[in-house]
Amino acid sequence: MSGQKKVEPKPQAPTGTTGHEWDGIEELNTPLPRWWLWLFYATIVWSIGYWVVYPTWPLVSSYSNGLFNSHTRSAVATDLAALQEQRGPMMAKLSSASLQEIETTPELLDFARALGRRAFADNCAPCHGAGGGGVKGYPNLNDNDWLWGGTLDQIAQTITHGVRAGDDAGHQGSMPAFGRDGMLKPDEISTVADYVRSLSGLATAPGADLTRGAKIFADNCAVCHSPQGKGNRELGAPNLTDQIWLYASDKKTIMEGIINGRGGVMPAWGGKLDPVTIKALTVYVHTFGGGEQ
Amino acid sequence: MCPGCDIALAMQGVASTAHLSLAELADDAARTRLIPGVESDYPDDEPPLYVARKKIYPQRVTGTYRRVKWAVLIITLGIYYILPFVRWDRGPHAPSQAVLLDFPNRRFYFFFIEIWPQEVYYLTGLLILAAMALFLMNAVAGRVWCGYLCPQTVWTDLFQTIERWTEGDRREHMQRDREPWTLDRLARTGTKHFLWLMIAWWTGGAWVLYFADAPTIVRDLATFQAPLVAYVFIGLLTFTTYVLAGWMREQVCVYMCPWPRIQAALTDEYALNVTYRYDRGEPRASLKKASALHEQGLPAGDCIECLQCVHVCPTGVDIRGGPDLGCIQCGLCIDACDAVMKKIGRPTRLIAYDTDINIKRRQQGEKPFYRIVRTRTVLYAVIIAVVGAVMTYTLATRHNDAVSVIHDRNPLFVRLSDGSLRNAYALRILNKSLESRSFLLKIAGLPDADIDVTGSSTFYGADPLIEVGPDQSREIRVLVTERERLTPAASIPITFTVVPRAGGTPASATDHFFAP
Repeated sequence: MSGQKKVEPKPQAPTGTTGHEWDGIEELNTPLPRWWLWLFYATIVWSIGYWVVYPTWPLVSSYSNGLFNSHTRSAVATDLAALQEQRGPMMAKLSSASLQEIETTPELLDFARALGRRAFADNCAPCHGAGGGGVKGYPNLNDNDWLWGGTLDQIAQTITHGVRAGDDAGHQGSMPAFGRDGMLKPDEISTVADYVRSLSGLATAPGADLTRGAKIFADNCAVCHSPQGKGNRELGAPNLTDQIWLYASDKKTIMEGIINGRGGVMPAWGGKLDPVTIKALTVYVHTFGGGEQ
Repeated sequence: MCPGCDIALAMQGVASTAHLSLAELADDAARTRLIPGVESDYPDDEPPLYVARKKIYPQRVTGTYRRVKWAVLIITLGIYYILPFVRWDRGPHAPSQAVLLDFPNRRFYFFFIEIWPQEVYYLTGLLILAAMALFLMNAVAGRVWCGYLCPQTVWTDLFQTIERWTEGDRREHMQRDREPWTLDRLARTGTKHFLWLMIAWWTGGAWVLYFADAPTIVRDLATFQAPLVAYVFIGLLTFTTYVLAGWMREQVCVYMCPWPRIQAALTDEYALNVTYRYDRGEPRASLKKASALHEQGLPAGDCIECLQCVHVCPTGVDIRGGPDLGCIQCGLCIDACDAVMKKIGRPTRLIAYDTDINIKRRQQGEKPFYRIVRTRTVLYAVIIAVVGAVMTYTLATRHNDAVSVIHDRNPLFVRLSDGSLRNAYALRILNKSLESRSFLLKIAGLPDADIDVTGSSTFYGADPLIEVGPDQSREIRVLVTERERLTPAASIPITFTVVPRAGGTPASATDHFFAP
């Protein structure tokens, strides 16, 4: 070997540079491969295909339909039909089983609760809250206090026919406006409100005349709320002796109720939801934790 | 020459004294130089925007690196095509395929390992290991991945072998391409494409087998009972294999793959790369010219410019030009050059795994040195070891049950009519074992609280008993009721523990009990 001279290899077939240079590093101006260009043309052809086969062009009063007759609405309908098909066997079982059977069969219970969860979110959550927690005037469905009864059949009846919603089979009773209609005088209302608070062990105003309150209660309220104040589910009259208040437990709110009456409305879902959905909703609400046997 | 000898000779590892005579080598080299367009088709000041691909005719070669490539090809393709058929008994409740990506049931099976979607972090670990292994390979010996292991390389190699087998080796194939279409040429090209498509189709077919029970899906595919998606994917992968390995080949490496760019940025001067030792090779001179130069007392290098290194290159690179983006470093040029050097009686490894530093040192009369242990190789190895150890440890010690809990968000708590407080939770109990198991549910943090489970009235002592099916999870609604007045704590930490009744490791999850 005699090659002591330092020989650097020559760069291969130069394609020129862009003329840009940073710290001695030049940018090669390498041309794109031609197949890249073909791919670009192919995408143009592909896009023309889209114009032809899918709805694309807006026309004066409608739009171009496309060869495939593809519509997103019919695609949704197909998907929904496929879902119904998939659910079919379980829906049939749910339809034929009684509410009690659904709750005691784990497979049906899981299915009904999953179905009920969706139906509840779509229809009931606006008033009762996402988890049925309720707000003032709209009952909490998780607790064990029920205005119209908490068994499966009673819940199904309430959902189907509603409350004061104009359905003849629905719940009707309401609290009269004792103050507005002149049945009780203001001082009587104040006295009986104190008495009502005392029923559930809440503090009463200093010097409140509970004996007089009890008398007023027995004369006016006991008809619906029962002499002991335990309420009456036939009439939707709340139990006044427990810790749960549909509106609020403060004296002002109680007096508001006595003066103006109360009569919250719940729609009758019988005509809006199919029977299987109502079954699922019933089981879902019943298993919130407060359901009665 | 018999076309089948190509593979046969290579398989037997016959020493490469090449099939070309010296005269043929010189002739070949001269002809290559005569092909117009090797220098540049365009004037420098007007570079073209788009260039056509120059068809590459890689020549057959035998030698050490070729043998390594054959071995890797046989092993990797063998694994790919055969693995789905390997069985692994997991009992009646799980599939018996050793490697299976069960998407409908959200399970990944790998021999004795079963991965649930919740454990997808193992994939992160695998990806870290893969990246670090790639970096380590690169730091030690350059593009080992590209040259030997990359699927693009392996399938292209296989397709090129078939091309040589049907359409002839480099010279024969180039000759044929220049001639008009004959029945013979048509038959050869037709056979090539048929074989390519068969391999591509089998490649796509094997892919599908990893996603369903292989014997079943093979039967279903044959009887046209398989789901449409199976046929679509087979078609897709047949197409991509055929196009990428048959037509795109080195274009994938040069234009499409990001790794050459990343690799170039990650490498350092100590990494071994397939290198032309220009200290030995330059100035290039044919045998005749070299002896003439020697007589005049002028230097002549060992490179006789036979261009064998270029002819065998699957990406059409001239390694003598220095490091090249297109060079996948498969080492075939080393084999080719060694064969020529042996023939002309000069030392081998004019092209070898080496570094530029060593070339410079040799030029200055210093000894070459190799430094495998460097900061980066050590770091990569340590990361691989640590990640590997962590993954092995977690895999070996993971439990086959687990529980997760989420507190009801609306309402946060419920006041019952007697004044007691109730919180509701959604618990998901995971049973990763292959039998059905019962779990006792215990809570800690509220000693006097009652527990109720919606839809379950089975108790074991005071604890609710929950049955979870084999290899399943079950969500239950748990109601915790506290009868005592909780003052003043508004939020009490509680722990749910599920204890396998038949023995095993309990699992627990923590949450809070909220009070107004």
